[in-house]
Formats: sequence, C-alpha cells, structure tokens
Amino acid sequence: MSGSNGFKSFFIEIGELTLFAKRFFKELFSRPFEGKELLRQCYNIGNRSILLVAVTGFIIGLVITLQTRPTLEGFGAESWMPSMVSLSIIREIGPVIIALTFAGRIASGIGAELGSMRVTEQIDAMEVSGTNPFKFLVVTRIVAATLMLPLLVLLGDAIALSGSYLIENVKGEVSFVLYFNKVFKVLEFSDLIPATIKTFFFGFAIALVGCFKGYHCEKGTVGVGAAANSAVVFSSMLLFVIDFVAVFVTDIFFEL
Amino acid sequence: MSREQNISKAIENIDTKSVILEIKDLRKSFGSNHVLNGFNLKLYEGENLVIMGKSGSGKSVMIKCLVGLLQADSGSIKIMGQEINTINQKDLNILRTEIGFLFQGSALYDSMTVRENLEFPLRRHKTRFKDATNMDELVTEALESVGLLHAIDLMPAELSGGMKRRIALARTLILKPKIILYDEPTSGLDPITSKEIIELMRSIQKKYKTSSLIITHDVDCARVVSERIILLVDGINYVEGTYSELSTSTDAQVKAFFK
Ligand SMILES: Nc1ncnc2c1ncn2[C@@H]1O[C@H](COP(=O)(O)OP(=O)(O)O)[C@@H](O)[C@H]1O
Ligand SMILES: [Mg+2]
Repeated sequence: MSGSNGFKSFFIEIGELTLFAKRFFKELFSRPFEGKELLRQCYNIGNRSILLVAVTGFIIGLVITLQTRPTLEGFGAESWMPSMVSLSIIREIGPVIIALTFAGRIASGIGAELGSMRVTEQIDAMEVSGTNPFKFLVVTRIVAATLMLPLLVLLGDAIALSGSYLIENVKGEVSFVLYFNKVFKVLEFSDLIPATIKTFFFGFAIALVGCFKGYHCEKGTVGVGAAANSAVVFSSMLLFVIDFVAVFVTDIFFEL
Repeated sequence: MSREQNISKAIENIDTKSVILEIKDLRKSFGSNHVLNGFNLKLYEGENLVIMGKSGSGKSVMIKCLVGLLQADSGSIKIMGQEINTINQKDLNILRTEIGFLFQGSALYDSMTVRENLEFPLRRHKTRFKDATNMDELVTEALESVGLLHAIDLMPAELSGGMKRRIALARTLILKPKIILYDEPTSGLDPITSKEIIELMRSIQKKYKTSSLIITHDVDCARVVSERIILLVDGINYVEGTYSELSTSTDAQVKAFFK
C-alpha cells in the first residue's frame, strides 16, 4: 500500500468509526434494553482484566517510586515522595498505562470474539432469531467497558499507591499513616475528577474500536486475526489522542 | 398482526398449486459484482426444492435476501403472502418465526451451551413462546428429534462437526417453522455423516411437514432429497427439472454438475 493510500484509508476508517458511534448512540436509547446481557458483559470484562490491572498497578507503583527516590534524595527532599508519586500516578500514569493494558486485553478480545461471530454467521443467526445483534452484542459491550474501566483504574491507582508505600516503608521507614496522610493532603478533587472522567472516554473508545473492527470483520480466519490486531493498534492510538485533548481541556478549566 | 392473521392471509394468497414462497426477478449486486441478475423461483407447500450452483454463484446471497439478512436491489420476494422487500421490522420478525434457517457452518453460539443455544430463539421471539415451563419440553423435543439429548449441557467446542450440524438443525426446528432454508447442509462433513444429515432432513420433513429450500452442490444430497432442482448459473435460474431429467441432460453447463 502506498503512503497516500494508507493515509486516505485512515480517514475513511475514521469516518466509518464515527458512523458506528452514531449508530451506538441511536440504539443505546431505543427499546428493548438488554439489561441481563449488559451485566454479563460487565462481569466478563471485569473478570478478564482485574488481575492484569492489579499487577500492572503494583508494578507502576514500585517502579516510579524506585526511580524517583534517588533524584529527590539528591535534593534532600525525600519527604515529598508520597505527594509527588501519588500526583503523577493519579493524574496521568495510572489512567494511561492501565487503559493501555485494558486495550491490549479487551479491544483485542472483543475484536476477535465479534469477528469470529461475524465470520461463522452467528451474528446472522441472532438476527434471524428476532434479536438486534447490534444492541445485543455491541451496545452492551461498549456500555460495559465504559463503566468498568474507571472502576478498574481506581483500583489500579490504589494498588499502585500501595506498591509505592511498600518501597517508602522499606527504604525510608515511612509509616502507613504518615504516607497516606501526605498523599491525601496533596490530592484534590481537581486531580481525581478530570482523571476519572477521561477514563470513561478511554473505556468507550477501546470497546468502540474493538466492536467496530469485529462487527465489520472480513470473511476468513485471517480476517479475525486482523480485526483483533488492528483493534489494539487503533484503540491505543485513539487513547493518546483522547489523553492529549483531556489534558488540554483540564488545563483550561482548572488552570494548573 | 397476529400469527393467525398472517396464516389466514397466506391462505388467501395461495393460488391453485399453493405457492408458499415466490421469488420474482431478484437482483443483487455488490459494487460492480453482479451476483443475482433476475432470479425466479416458486416453492410449493410441502415440497423439497434443491438449488445447485457453483461456489460463489450467489446461492447464499439469494437465501439471505429471503430472510432479510441482505436487502435485494430489486425484484419481489413473497413468503406466505408477505412481501419481504417492503415489510416492517416487527412483521419481519414475526414472519421469521415461520422460517427456519440452517447456516452453512452451523453458526452455533460459541459462548452458550447447547441448551442455551436452543433456548435463544424461544426467549427472543417472546410473542409466541412466553411460557417458560413449556421451554424445557420444546428443547427436549427438538434435541430428541436429532438424537442428541445427551449433549444438552455441552459447549459447541466439545461437539464434532456432525453433532454441531444436528444441534443447529434442532435450533432451527425449535420454532416449528413452516419453511426451512438449508444452506449447504452437508458441506464440510464426511460422506457418512452427510448421509446421516440427509436422512435426518427427510425424517424431519415427514414429521413436521415443512417445505424446504435446500442449497447444495452435493449431488448425492440432491438425488436423495430433491423433488425438483433448479440450477443457478450467472445469477439466473438456468434450468429446472427433476434429478433424473437433469442428470441425463446434454447441456454442457448442466452436465458439469452431475459428473
Ligand atoms: N456481504 C457481501 N459483501 C460483498 N460481496 C459479497 C457479500 N456476500 C457475498 N458476496 C459476494 O457474492 C458472491 C456470491 O457469494 P455467495 O452467495 O456466498 O456464494 P455461494 O453460492 O457459494 O453461497 C461472491 O462473489 C461473494 O464475494
Ligand atoms: Mg454459500
């Protein structure tokens, strides 16, 4: 594929994704609501990613603390550790890295699942059985991911802070109460709220792209692999775009 | 419109030979790929009609138009007196309970057990099958008629290709359809399993008194089940006749199928 062709197909893809999102909002508010299937998807998505999020969060906490410590120590400013680390985790590193791992797990999972359902005509079979497959498969997954990712990020943040505390406790002999006192002293709602709001958009974008790729999967098993793969690439890219916009908007509203 | 009204309307529309499904001048293209170029057929009540055609000739496209999975470009499709191309979504879903569709690759839902697969159409077509106590009976009956009651709690991944096809057939039967559309019912199966499926189709035909449209390029299948065969070539109904008529034809295009 030539450069300009790839560029063109990229914009065509953006257009199609926008139409797909439009259809999502149209069908989101129309009856019947697939409540039971929505709960099942929330459980599935949470269940599939919770361990990954926990491990990722813990490692983020350890690594950031270990790497920041020597620098602050050089200035004799170790007492700033809890506030510095917690701010960077809550505001940026936690949401972005956890959303990226979530994209790797969930966007590819949804892309492959819906892709194989498309290729093996399961989606057609649903439609013939009097079910709107877009509502049953797509709307439920997008809503579930939009609701679950913020919860998972909050959990991941908490685990990351615990990991950070562990290092502080070993290296700097900081007590649990002192550490979290410092964390909560510096943290404000203006840190937590925008960071949480953007994770709703992250979750939405990840599932939207996964569903889009899977639902319009090309025939053949090659198509399923391609759908899963491009779902991860495309949604990760979209994450950074959303993150940039979010930081920009937050900057205007909260004048950091 | 209630089911009874649908049926009575259908009865009104039946001509002397009682046509249950009629396609007139069906056309469908995908961009520059002209798949169907004016296809016609009539399916009579209680009949087994076989459609044969090369791979990629548009057989699946044709039957997907019948149940509204694809929208035809032009032409008319009348099923039990109702025009599919102009029907609204609600009536289409009611009509779909009268039409069973056996998909080419079985199309069982991977994430559900056999029981849930069979319950799915029952739960979804709520208007007709509200009664939950009845559901177990219907599932059991459908599984018994394909001889796989013992597989009720298995997942599709645990089944062989032949078992999957039979479960898919049970799922198709569960709504007790008037018409069954079979998309290559024996494709991807070994000859012995194919024979079993063909036998099953015949016994179902007897038991449920359905009208069937069978797509296949399996000559054995065509010979055993067909009362009439239509060859689909270049997007039109190229020739029509019984198995013995077509298998002795001197036309080169027709001969190619019966080698
Ligand atoms: N959804 C679709 N979009 C574009 N082309 C399609 C689609 N479905 C089928 N086709 C094309 O229509 C032709 C007939 O396909 P099909 O009906 O599946 O063949 P078969 O007779 O083997 O069942 C093929 O050339 C196929 O590429
Ligand atoms: Mg086909």
